Amino acid sequence: MTEFPSDAILVVVETGASGELEKAAPGLFGAAAAVGTPIALVLASPGAGSAAAAEAAALGARRVLIAETPDPSVLGVPSVDALAAAVEQVQPDAILISQSLNGRDLAGRYAARSRAAVSVDAVGVSRDDEGVVAHHSVYGGAYDVTSTSTFGAPVITVRQGSIEARATAQPQDSETLTVPPSGKRAARIDSFDEAVVATSRPELRGAAKVVAGGRGLGSEEQFALVGQLADALGAAVGASRAAVDAGYIPTAHQVGQTGVSVSPQLYVALGISGAIQHRAGMQTAKMIVAINKDGDAPIFEVADFGVVGDVFKVVPQLISALEARKK
Amino acid sequence: MKIIVLVKEVPDTYGDRKLNLETGLADREASEAVIDEIGERALELALTHADANDGTEITVLSLAPEGATARIRKGLAMGAGSAIHVSDEALRGADLGLTAETLAAAIRRVEFDLVITGNVSTDGSGGMIPAMLAELLDVPLATGLSSVAISDGAVSGTRRVESGVQKVSANLPAVISITEALPGPRFPNFKGIMAAKKKPLEMLTLADLGITADNPDAARSIMLTVAEKPPRAAGVKIIDEGDAGEKLADFLVENRLA
Ligand SMILES: Cc1cc2nc3c(=O)[nH]c(=O)nc-3n(C[C@H](O)[C@H](O)[C@H](O)COP(=O)(O)OP(=O)(O)OC[C@H]3O[C@@H](n4cnc5c(N)ncnc54)[C@H](O)[C@@H]3O)c2cc1C
Ligand SMILES: Nc1ncnc2c1ncn2[C@@H]1O[C@H](COP(=O)(O)O)[C@@H](O)[C@H]1O
Repeated sequence: MTEFPSDAILVVVETGASGELEKAAPGLFGAAAAVGTPIALVLASPGAGSAAAAEAAALGARRVLIAETPDPSVLGVPSVDALAAAVEQVQPDAILISQSLNGRDLAGRYAARSRAAVSVDAVGVSRDDEGVVAHHSVYGGAYDVTSTSTFGAPVITVRQGSIEARATAQPQDSETLTVPPSGKRAARIDSFDEAVVATSRPELRGAAKVVAGGRGLGSEEQFALVGQLADALGAAVGASRAAVDAGYIPTAHQVGQTGVSVSPQLYVALGISGAIQHRAGMQTAKMIVAINKDGDAPIFEVADFGVVGDVFKVVPQLISALEARKK
Repeated sequence: MKIIVLVKEVPDTYGDRKLNLETGLADREASEAVIDEIGERALELALTHADANDGTEITVLSLAPEGATARIRKGLAMGAGSAIHVSDEALRGADLGLTAETLAAAIRRVEFDLVITGNVSTDGSGGMIPAMLAELLDVPLATGLSSVAISDGAVSGTRRVESGVQKVSANLPAVISITEALPGPRFPNFKGIMAAKKKPLEMLTLADLGITADNPDAARSIMLTVAEKPPRAAGVKIIDEGDAGEKLADFLVENRLA
C-alpha cells in the first residue's frame, strides 16, 4: 500500500451529468491546499473516473482515488461506502465535502457511521496546533464562529461559492479505490432530467456581482428587466422567495435564509422589501444597491446606495447610462 | 401507515437572533422560539396524506428544551395524533451527532413506515439530520424532495441536484426530507386546539432512551470561538427625480463596479 502524506486533507468531489467535476471542486481544493496536502476522492459515474481524476489533479489534488459507482441508480450509499474506504487508506486530518444536497447526505451518513464530528456550512478552514478548524458565518452573517472536532478528523462541509482560494495544479497520480459495499438500504434514482444551461450568465453561487429581483417586478415577463441589468453589469441573477413563489423565476435563484447565501462585490436589489430572511443571504455583500418605491422598505437599512423610485423607470435609464459610459 | 414528522424548535427568523458570546449557544431570551417553518411543511405533507388515507397515524417528534412543549402541541392542534418531546439537560448544546443518535433512539422505540423531516433548519443550516437518521436506522434516504407521492409500500418524489432533476423512490420504511417548494402549513382551528389537549404527548429523557451524552467513542463537534459582527450601516438614499438611473450609473462607475 502506498503512503499518504501525514497532513492529508481528503477532498470529496462528485461528477455531474456529463462527467465533469461539480462546480464546488476548485474551491474545495483551494481550501484544502491552505491547510494540508489535498488528496481527492472522485465519485464518478461509470466510465467518467479517469477524466475526472485528471480534472482533480489540475485543480490541485496530489493524489486521486477513483471510485466509479457500480450502479448509478443507487442513491447515496455507494458514495458513503467509498468515503469510508478512502478514509481508511488516507487517514486524513480533515475531510472536505461540498454543502450541496448530495454532499450533505454523504457527510451526514458517513459521520453517523464512523462517529466522526461534522462542522457544517463552513465558509473557510484554517489550522491550529490541534488540527483543522472550520469557520462559519451564522445567523445570516451576524456572527463568525469557528468549530472543530473533539478528536479525529472533522468532516467539514463547505458552503458552495464561499472559497476564493485556488490550489496549484499537480501532476496526475491516480488509482482505483476498492470499495467494500456496506449493503445499507438505499433509495433508487428512477430517472434523471439534465438541466439545460440556457444562459451565459455567471453562476449565482460565488458570483462577483448579483442583480436580484423581488415581487415588485410584478410578473414573469417584467422580471426580464432583472436579467437585462444583470447582463449590462456581467452579473448573476438572484431573486427573493416571493418572486420564486410567484413563479417569476426558478427556485435555484432564491437568495436568503432558505435559499443561496451570497457575498458578492456588488448586490443590486430591485423591488425587494428586504425582509430579514432575505437579508440573511446577502448582507455580507461588499456593496449593496437597492431600488424600491417604498422609502421605508427595510432593504434601505443595509443599502450603501438606495434609490427610492420605480424600477421600471430607474433601471432602463441605468442600463442606457451604463451603455453610454462604456462607449 | 405510521408517519413520524420531525420538527425543530428554532429562534424566530422574523426576530433578532442572538448567540451567547460566552457559550456560543442560541440566546433563548433574545428572540421568540417557534417551530421551524420547514417542519410545519413536513407535517402538512403528512396531514394531507392522512386526509386522503384512513388509518394514517402521525406522530410529531422533537428534541428541544423543556419549555418547547407548548410549541410541539401546535403540531397536535394542526392534526397530528400524538407527540414525543425529548428533553434533557445533558442535551444542551448537543451537536448534530448526538442529536441524530437521540432522535434515532426515539424513533426506534415506535414502529414507523415513514420519517419526514425538513431539508435544512434555519438556525443550524446543517441539513444533515435526515442523512444521519437514515444511516443509524438503516433505511433508504431520499432528501430534498420538492414533490412527494406516498403509496402503501413506497415513497417517491423529485429531487433537484446540481446537474439536473432526479426522480427517486424508496421502499418503506424510509427517511425523506422535503423542501419549501411543498405547500405551507394549515392553521390549527378551534376544534383542533381543543382536541390537542387530550392527545398523548410523551416526554422522554436520555435515560429513557439509554443514551449517554458523553460517549467517549463518539467525536463531537465543538465551538471554539464566537464573534459578533457589527451590523451594517445604511449609506446614501436618494429619491428619484428623473435622473436616479444616471446617478446610480455614476456611483457604480466611480466604485469600479460597472
Ligand atoms: C422560514 C422562512 C424563510 C424564508 N426564506 C427566505 C429566503 O430565503 N429569501 C427570501 O427572499 N425570503 C425568504 N422568506 C420570505 C420573506 O419573509 C419575505 O416574504 C420575502 O423576502 C419578500 O419578498 P419581496 O421582497 O420580493 O416581496 P415583498 O415583501 O412583497 O416586497 C416587494 C417590494 O417591491 C416594492 N415594489 C413594488 N413595485 C415596485 C416598483 N415598481 N418599483 C420599485 N419597487 C417596487 C415594494 O415597495 C416592496 O417593498 C422566508 C420566510 C420564512 C418565514
Ligand atoms: N432537534 C430536533 N428535533 C426534531 N427534529 C429535528 C431536530 N433537528 C433537526 N431536525 C429535523 O431535521 C431537519 C433538518 O435539520 P438540520 O439537519 O438541523 O438542518 C429539520 O427540518 C427537522 O425536521
